[in-house]
Order: sequence, then structure tokens, then C-alpha cells
Amino acid sequence: MHIVICIKQVPDSAQIRVHPVTNTIMRQGVPTIINPYDLFALEEALRLRDAYGGEVTVLTMGPPMAEDALRKALGYGADRAVLLTDRYFAGSDTLATSFALSQAIAKVGETFGTPDLVFTGKQTIDGDTAQVGPGIAKRLGLLQLTYVAKIPSIDLAAGEIKVERRSEGGTQMLKSRLPCLITMLEGTNEIRRGSIHDALCAARNQVLKWSAADAGIEDLTKCGLRGSPTVVKRVFAPPARAEKAALIDTAEKALRDVADELITAIFTRQPALEHELAFNGGA
Amino acid sequence: MSTANRETPRPAAGRAGIKKELPAHFKDYRHVWVFIELERGQVHPVSFELLGEGRKLADKLQVQLAGVVLGPPGEAVGNAVAEAFAYGADLVYIAEAPLLADYRNEPFTKAMTDLVDTHKPEILLLGATTLGRDLAGSVATTLQTGLTADCTELDVDTDSSLAATRPTFGGSLLCTIYTLNFRPQMATVRPRVMPMPQRTDKPVGRVIRHKLSLAEDEIATKVLGFLPDNQSAKANLAYADVVVAGGLGLGAAENLQLVKNLARAIGGEHGCSRPLVQKSWMPADRQIGQTGKTIRPKLYIAAGISGAVQHRVGVEGADLIVAINTDPNAPIFDFAHLGIVTDAIRFLPALTEAFTRRLSPHSRDKLAS
Amino acid sequence: MIEENFDAIVVGAGMSGNAAAYTMASHGLKVLQLERGEYPGSKNVQGAIMYANMLEKIIPDFRDDAPLERHLVEQRLWVMDDTSHTGIHYRSDDFNEAKPNRYTIIRAQFDKWFSRKVREAGATVLCETTVTELIRDAKDRVVGVRTDRAGGAIYANVVVLAEGVCGLLGTRAGLRQMPKPQTVALAVKEMHFLPEEVIEQRFGVKGDEGCVIEAVGTTSRSMAGLGFLYTNKESISLGIGCLVSDFAAMVESPYVLLDALKSHPSIRPLIAGSEVKEYSAHLIPEGGYKAIPQLFGDGWVVVGDAAQLNNAIHREGSNLAMTSGRIAAEAIIEVNSRNAPMTKRNLALYKAMLDKSFVVKDLKKYKDMPALLHTNSCNYFTTYPRLMSQAAQNFMRVDGTPKIEKEKATTAAFIKARSRWGLVSDAVRLALAWR
Ligand SMILES: Cc1cc2nc3c(=O)[nH]c(=O)nc-3n(C[C@H](O)[C@H](O)[C@H](O)COP(=O)(O)OP(=O)(O)OC[C@H]3O[C@@H](n4cnc5c(N)ncnc54)[C@H](O)[C@@H]3O)c2cc1C
Ligand SMILES: Cc1cc2nc3c(=O)[nH]c(=O)nc-3n(C[C@H](O)[C@H](O)[C@H](O)COP(=O)(O)OP(=O)(O)OC[C@H]3O[C@@H](n4cnc5c(N)ncnc54)[C@H](O)[C@@H]3O)c2cc1C
Ligand SMILES: Nc1ncnc2c1ncn2[C@@H]1O[C@H](COP(=O)(O)O)[C@@H](O)[C@H]1O
Repeated sequence: MHIVICIKQVPDSAQIRVHPVTNTIMRQGVPTIINPYDLFALEEALRLRDAYGGEVTVLTMGPPMAEDALRKALGYGADRAVLLTDRYFAGSDTLATSFALSQAIAKVGETFGTPDLVFTGKQTIDGDTAQVGPGIAKRLGLLQLTYVAKIPSIDLAAGEIKVERRSEGGTQMLKSRLPCLITMLEGTNEIRRGSIHDALCAARNQVLKWSAADAGIEDLTKCGLRGSPTVVKRVFAPPARAEKAALIDTAEKALRDVADELITAIFTRQPALEHELAFNGGA
Repeated sequence: MSTANRETPRPAAGRAGIKKELPAHFKDYRHVWVFIELERGQVHPVSFELLGEGRKLADKLQVQLAGVVLGPPGEAVGNAVAEAFAYGADLVYIAEAPLLADYRNEPFTKAMTDLVDTHKPEILLLGATTLGRDLAGSVATTLQTGLTADCTELDVDTDSSLAATRPTFGGSLLCTIYTLNFRPQMATVRPRVMPMPQRTDKPVGRVIRHKLSLAEDEIATKVLGFLPDNQSAKANLAYADVVVAGGLGLGAAENLQLVKNLARAIGGEHGCSRPLVQKSWMPADRQIGQTGKTIRPKLYIAAGISGAVQHRVGVEGADLIVAINTDPNAPIFDFAHLGIVTDAIRFLPALTEAFTRRLSPHSRDKLAS
Repeated sequence: MIEENFDAIVVGAGMSGNAAAYTMASHGLKVLQLERGEYPGSKNVQGAIMYANMLEKIIPDFRDDAPLERHLVEQRLWVMDDTSHTGIHYRSDDFNEAKPNRYTIIRAQFDKWFSRKVREAGATVLCETTVTELIRDAKDRVVGVRTDRAGGAIYANVVVLAEGVCGLLGTRAGLRQMPKPQTVALAVKEMHFLPEEVIEQRFGVKGDEGCVIEAVGTTSRSMAGLGFLYTNKESISLGIGCLVSDFAAMVESPYVLLDALKSHPSIRPLIAGSEVKEYSAHLIPEGGYKAIPQLFGDGWVVVGDAAQLNNAIHREGSNLAMTSGRIAAEAIIEVNSRNAPMTKRNLALYKAMLDKSFVVKDLKKYKDMPALLHTNSCNYFTTYPRLMSQAAQNFMRVDGTPKIEKEKATTAAFIKARSRWGLVSDAVRLALAWR
């Protein structure tokens, strides 16, 4: 079985800070990480490979430094890594990204065998549109199974897959056909720590670097800014609330009194609440 | 907007400047559509929130607001249509077919894209639910148009194109996004981000039916079964009027009981910040924030939560935010309305106790009379 | 699982480890380097000044692509009391030479670059891999290492311990003692980000020119300590370090000292309006010559901070680290070329070569300095700074006091503080230790 998984290198948005004055992002020293959601997909892919045999190819589109993310992925035990990097891709939005990736996946298929499964994460933490996955599926004409929580069984011979899919208020049990694209739900597994052997292989393994041409992309008008129907017009910091919280003084007071004071403050600001709480509360 | 090479997003020079000369074949795309999300007989409330927003857009554009209902034959669709009108739709498109019973990407995408190709809306809004996101993604790529996900604000600008504002960089910034030269302009909005509009009974208006040309055996994906969430997981956080949440500041899993106790005492739901889910002190569907639930309760009490931006974006819609935190400089005090600088572990029981006293039966009688 | 054998395993990807790994790999040895950090440099803290000469000996054309911040054209030595500083400034245009001698660097970036060179030289580098134990054979020779990753042991003819100041691995294996509190300093450091222009204008530098301030005095609360301020391209590294034992004795927290330094009237304006980005703390070996442990044994050598090779007086460490790493590598290459085993006897070559280098010579020169400054710290770091500034102020201030009386007052102050004998002996002791 050949599994292709798309990962993205993202700035650790927990550590991104906005410059108070200029409102620009201060990326000085902001570390980059593998999009956390992609790790669930990667681990699932590795488990399926271990269970059914085959190969896992990791694919990313990004600047040259995205190679670090791929090296990490190899360290976790992926068999092959492809970095799709080309100035033509700069500024891609969801549509352009899924175009480039789908073309690259097709090329990976030609070169290393058609994938039975394509994985993406649920969403990225810098774009978080959750649309690149579906986009790839459409373009490659793959069946699309999103928010998958579990893959109970795959029947390679019959080209059949069973999945448990998260949906509003419950879980769908689905049966579908291979090849298909799966986006994994978070928290479904935990990424493994590669063995010393994996780490050694990773360190020696080459990351394939593909340009648009290498990936067999002819129509460059579908790439990067030009291929992106959406455009970011304005970037700005969330408006700060004018006044800070009114602090209730706790100095040498019994907690009990502080609590009463707080409740009074709450009900003076939201008079309607007292009535509601009185009748819903105390259940 | 998942860009391959994320520079600090400046107004994309050149392109943003481009005078948006819409290609001729898009010129006749008009009206605002809202996808009415119908799953297992229930309309997802986010659809009504979107009708509220869609109404404003339609009025600004002086066009009509339409609802789109996809589902199996039966009264569920009928109710959905009635509700769509009650929440402000001018007309409703319907595709009714047995194979639209349970959500599956293939038939829903087909139905929606066919409808768009036939009736040409300029704006199409969907809820950013698991269903909505799954559908929006493949519809947008099928139609080769732009899609802005998880919008927090929708507006039309001077040249009457959709200005969709969404958080970026983990919520630390907002950006306004346009769909140039393509139609429809698609956007998804997460539940509870937009306020619930007034419901007013209205007669069912104009309904346009669409015949879905697709047979069950053309669909590869089959639904084997559905497992509804068990009670505990059925957290109705997003729609609760009162929410009490705990953060890492509570120090230990057991202390979450204090949060649950207070929530119960005042008839609210309990939630938490992300680290607690990561430590599996709480199930994922209790997480509040950017990657969890967005809430708009009348009262939100946060105990031991620092108020990181990713948490903030999920709670800012609350009418009244009360923060309990030992650190007077915790960012949460920047957006909370009321704050107490004290040890939540000691304070929560006192507060629960005080509420119970205040809300005791006889005080209820007082209020009732 | 894998029974792979390397010529050499290098533990640590800091200055010394990279120097050793690079040198061995570029001489065709099969080298494995293990680093516990997420990437090389991710855990490393340094001022940091990098001394070109020692790097040139390893990578002659490093200037082509190494991430260098500024080359130093000015050095300021300040003696501070609470409100003032008395200083010597040395600035020379000669430092604007084709191949400048000292650069400020940011370790996280520099180490990444250095590590890339190591890889290009042919070594295998594994990050996020902590070496947990040294494997010994029946004859107690070190033959390999175990890591925190699954998949068992890795073997090598020799293990180069470049694990930094704490050196848990070597100390746990009983190859040397844990450094003592009175022989290691704890340094805390902040990065203050400022626009390039602002730095240039505040320090009167242009282009890639840089400036260094090193300050002793009351900011270290009469502990043997040194404050430093280094200019990078778009940031200022500001820090202070004192002996761990002193911190313990004075129950002072490092932050308090750093805050005192930051709010000192002579420093405050230099960092005004800056955006503090990262705060870090790290140990510095300061035991000097007398603290140097056993440097080699059967199947192992120890280099850099792990070997306490650090010249506190001159704020030099990375260069001793690089040099010891390089020399150890050269010794190993030599032994290897003779197809001789990596025994204690053969590896003694490393120490022999190191003794001849500036590394040991310098440390020997100051062998008594640490002890002196430590025992006498109160005088050298409080009394004298105060006296100096009083003297200076007394000399500058024009208030109608006859000059002769001013001088008398100054001398009196000195004698009152330390007594004639005290002054003489302090001076003599210092001179002896310096010699
Ligand atoms: C891509 C991304 C998405 C994210 N999405 C979310 C999200 O959806 N939701 C979310 O919540 N986070 C999210 N986060 C994480 C977020 O950045 C913060 O790390 C997180 O919200 C911090 O949780 P916390 O406030 O509980 O813990 P901390 O930040 O550690 O805050 C603990 C607080 O408790 C206070 N405290 C300590 N002891 C006590 C005491 N005894 N009594 C009272 N107060 C005390 C402390 O002063 C501190 O302010 C996301 C991060 C990323 C990178
Ligand atoms: C605040 C400060 C300022 C300084 N300023 C200067 C200066 O201006 N100029 C100067 O020349 N020197 C300076 N120094 C000293 C200089 O930083 C050190 O002497 C130098 O870094 C020593 O290099 P090293 O390779 O021996 O150790 P390190 O650079 O500390 O490298 C040790 C490496 O080994 C790794 N490691 C440790 N244990 C293990 C293990 N078990 N498994 C795998 N990996 C492991 C660590 O992660 C680390 O990467 C300063 C030091 C400090 C703290
Ligand atoms: N530039 C990229 N390279 C590779 N995969 C990507 C890229 N962008 C997005 N993806 C994949 O698409 C998923 C959804 O991304 P997004 O639509 O940005 O939320 C991610 O989890 C990745 O698996």
C-alpha cells in the first residue's frame, strides 16, 4: 500500500506576537513546527503502513526551510519526503495550494506508484481553512472522508475501506472505496518517537526537492498569487476592549463576602440573570 | 487561505490593487444564499445565524436572500423551509432525494454545485461545522472559486463585493479577504460567532425545487450506521447561557470538580482551556476557543485561565465575562468585565456556596412574586 | 537492532562538539553526532562574542556564509557604583579590517550554520536524541553510547564528550566530578530587540560595526560577577553572571541582579524602548586551570565546557571550546591514521597537544585569579568601585574646595576603607594573580 501524507510547516502561533505599535507580526525567532493536526494524520499513515505493509511518502509545499519539517517526518519513520518549492507558489491560497499539491501527488503516483490513500490534517493553525484536503480530493477525483476518527479496516484486495467519521452530534460509520483522501480528526492518536534506526535513516535519507516543472505543473496561472481567487486586503490587530476588568478588592475580606460582592456586581450588570439563574440553577 | 510561503501578510500588492473587473460570464451572478444545514431532521442553529447575516448583506446589495435546503423527502425539509422563511429568507431552493438522507460528500456536493450553476448566486454562506466545512471545500474547488473560512465579520464594500474578515496567525491578527474575479464568493462562519436573529412567523414564500440527477449506485460511499454522542459528550456548550470554565491554573484534574459544582449550582455548562484537553483532564468537546467551541453565553466565568488570544477569540461574544486569576497581569483581565485576583481553588467553593444561598428556594419565591 | 559501528561518536552539538565533528568528518572519519536539543543551538546560551581566529583554524572561509551579527570595533570596561560608572573605552578603526577578529553572534543561528557544515563534511547528525549512558566493555573501555530512543546501542572506537558545562554523562560515568558551586557561574541573559538604526545611533556604530560593554561593580551586589552588553544587528544581549555559590550565600536571585543592571542609569538609556524577547540562564565554568578534570581515557575524550575549559577573566569560552574540540579531533585522526587503538595511552596525545596551545597556557596564567576574586569579592566588586567613583566625582566636581584637600579626601577615603596595608596587599595579590 502506498500512502501519501501532506504536512505543512507553520509558525508556532502560540509564540507569535504582534508588535504593539506597528501591528505587524514579530517572527524574530518564532520557531516553526509541523502543523500539529498533520501529526495525527502522519501517525495514522505510519500505523496503517506497519499493519498492511507498504510505503509512506510525506509531501509539503513551502519555502526551502520547510525541509526541516520533512526531515522531522522522516525521523518519525516516513519512507520518503518530497518538498515542493518554487517561487511560483508564493502567496497561494487554498485553491492554488490544493492545485499544486494535487499535481505533485499525481507526479508522486507516476514515479513511486499510485497512492491508495492520501492523508491531510484536519486544518492548519496558520491558515486553518480545513479546505486544502477537500480541494486535493476534488482535483484528483478521490473520494473524500473528512474528520475521520478511526479506520477500523482496509481491504486492499477489494479496494474497500471502513472509517468512523465525526459529524455533528455523533459518529458516522462509513464504507467507501480506495483510493480516497482522508483528513484525520485531532486527538485520535499520538505521534510516535522514531527509533534510533529511524533517526539514522532520516539523517541519511534525501529530501526530494521539486520545482513546479519537476512536479509536472504546466499551468502556472493556477499557482501562487495568480492562481488564488482570494486576496488578503487588510491585516489588523483585534480591537482591544477599552476598559480593563473592574477588579473586586479581596484585601482582608472573608472569601464569603468577596463572593457576595461579586454576585451583586454580576446581577447589577445583568439584572435579568438573577431571575434565570434562580430557576435554572441548583439542579 | 493556506499560503505556501507565509510572509507577514501585507495587502497583496498589485493584486489587491487590481480593479475588480468581473469577467462577463460572472456578471449575472446575483443574490445571497445561505445553506440550511439539515442533519437527521434537525436544522443546525448556525444556519439561522447565517440568515441573520445574509439578510444584512442582501439589504446592502439590494438583492434577495435565499435559503438552500438539501435533504430526504419528508416533513423535516418542510420544517426547515418554514424556519428559513421565519428567519428572514425571501425564497428557498430545495433538493429533495432519499440519497440526501445522511450527509455524504458526493451527493451534497453534486446537489449544491448544480444549484449554483443553474441559479448563479453572488454570495454563498455555510456554517463552519464538520458538515459545512466538508461541503464548502469540495463545492469551492468544483466551482473553482474562492472560499474564506471561519469568518468573524461579513460586509459588502463600496464596489459591492464581499469583505470577509477572519482571524489569522492563531487569532493574534484579523485579516479581511476578498474573492476577486470569481463567483460565487463563498464564506463559512462558525456557530455562535454571529448573533441569533429574531424569529418572526412568516408564510412560506417562493420555493424553487431542484431535481437531483444522481442514483444511489453512482455513490461509492455508504453509511453503515450512526452512533449518537453519549450524554456526557453531548455538551451543549456553544449554546449555553451560562458557562463556567477552568484552566491550567486549577493545578490538578480533581479541582475541575469545583468548576462543575459551580456550573451545576447556577444551571450552566462547564468548559475548559485547551491544555486541559491535551492533558485529557476533560474531553475535547469541552474545549473553548479558536480550536474548540465558540460561546456567547450571558455569563462566562473563567477560573485559572490566562486568556491567551486563542482562548479569547472563543469567548468574546459573551455578555459578561468574569475572570478569577492569581496574576493581576494575566491577559484575561484585558477583556474580562469583572475580575478577582485570588486563588480559584479556594474561591470557587465560596462562590458556589454564595450563589446557592442567593438562589435559595425562598429567594426564588421572592423573585417570582 | 542496529549493530552499526562508527569511528567516533560526538556527544553534543555546541561549539566544541561541532568543531570536533567537523574536523574528524572532513578528514574522512565516520562520525555520528548526537544532540539532545530540537536543533543544534536550541538549548545553547552565549553572550555572545565569537573569536574569528579559532574558527578560521577549522573553517577558514567561514565569513562567506556564517550568520555573524556585528564585528567589534569598540570595547568598554566599566566599573560601576549604584549611580555612576568609571570606564575605559577602547575603539579603533584598525578593527575594521578585511578579516575582523571578533564578532557578535546569536548561538541558535550560528550553531545551526555550524551544524550544516558538519553535515556537509559528511558526519551524521541526530537531534532530539539524548545520550543516556556510556557503554563500557569488560576492560572498562568506553565502546559506545545508549540514547533515549528505542533501538539499542550504537558503537564507536572513541566517544568525544562535548556535552557542555553540566556534563551529566561524564560525571555520572565517574569520568570526572560534578563542577562545584564555587567553580561555576550562573549567567542570566535577555535579548532586547531594537531597530538597527537605533542601535547604530546609540552606540555610534555604522554598518556591521559593533560595541561591547563589560561592567563590574555594585550591580553584582559585591559578588564576584560581571555584567555584559553586546550589540547584535537588531538586538542587544544584556546579562550578568555570578558564582553559583555566591547566589546561594547571598540568597540573591539572578533576575534581581539583571533588573538592577537594566535599571542602572548608565544602562537604562541604551536599552530604552526595546522589546525583550527571550530570557535565558546558563552556567559558565569558572574554576580555571585548577578545575580542569581528567581529559581522556580508554575510548573517550572530553572537550569544551564539559572539561571546564573556560577563561572567565577574558570572557572566553567558545574559542577554548572550539580549539579543544579541534585538537581532540586532530589527536584522534592521528591515532586513527596509525591504525592504533583509542586507548588512554594513545589519547594522551590530546592533552599533550592541548597543553601546548593557548587554551591551557592562558588558564595556567590566571590559575589563582578565581580564588582571589572569590575570597576578596567584596573589595573588588563593591569597595573599590565605590571609591573609584567617589574619587572621580570628587575630581570632576568644581565646588571651590582647594584641589589639595580634594586629593587628601580621596586618599583618606581609600585608606579608611581598606587601610594602607589592605590597599597594598590587594594590589599585590591582584598583580600576582594576573602575572
Ligand atoms: C493553534 C493554537 C490553537 C489554540 N487553541 C486554543 C483553544 O481553542 N482554546 C484554548 O483555551 N487555548 C488554545 N490554545 C492554547 C493557548 O495558546 C494557551 O496556551 C492556553 O489557552 C492556555 O491555557 P490556560 O490559560 O489554562 O493555561 P495558562 O496559560 O498556563 O494559564 C494559567 C493561568 O492560571 C493562573 N493561575 C495559576 N494558579 C491559579 C490559582 N490557584 N487560581 C487562579 N488562577 C491561577 C495563572 O496566573 C495563569 O494566568 C491554542 C494554541 C495554539 C498554538
Ligand atoms: C551567558 C553566557 C555568555 C557567554 N559569553 C561568551 C562569549 O561572549 N564568548 C565566548 O567565547 N564564550 C562565552 N560563553 C561561554 C560559551 O558559551 C561556552 O564556553 C561554549 O558554548 C562551550 O561550548 P561547548 O560546546 O563546550 O558547550 P555547549 O555550547 O553548551 O554545547 C553542549 C551541547 O551538548 C548538548 N548535550 C548536553 N548533554 C547531552 C546529552 N546527554 N546528549 C546529547 N546532547 C547533549 C547540549 O544540548 C548542547 O547543545 C558564554 C556563556 C554564557 C552562559
Ligand atoms: N503548503 C502545504 N503543504 C502541504 N500540505 C498542506 C499545505 N497547506 C495545507 N496542507 C494540508 O491541508 C490541510 C488543511 O490545511 P488548511 O486548509 O490550510 O487548514 C493541512 O492539515 C495539511 O495537511
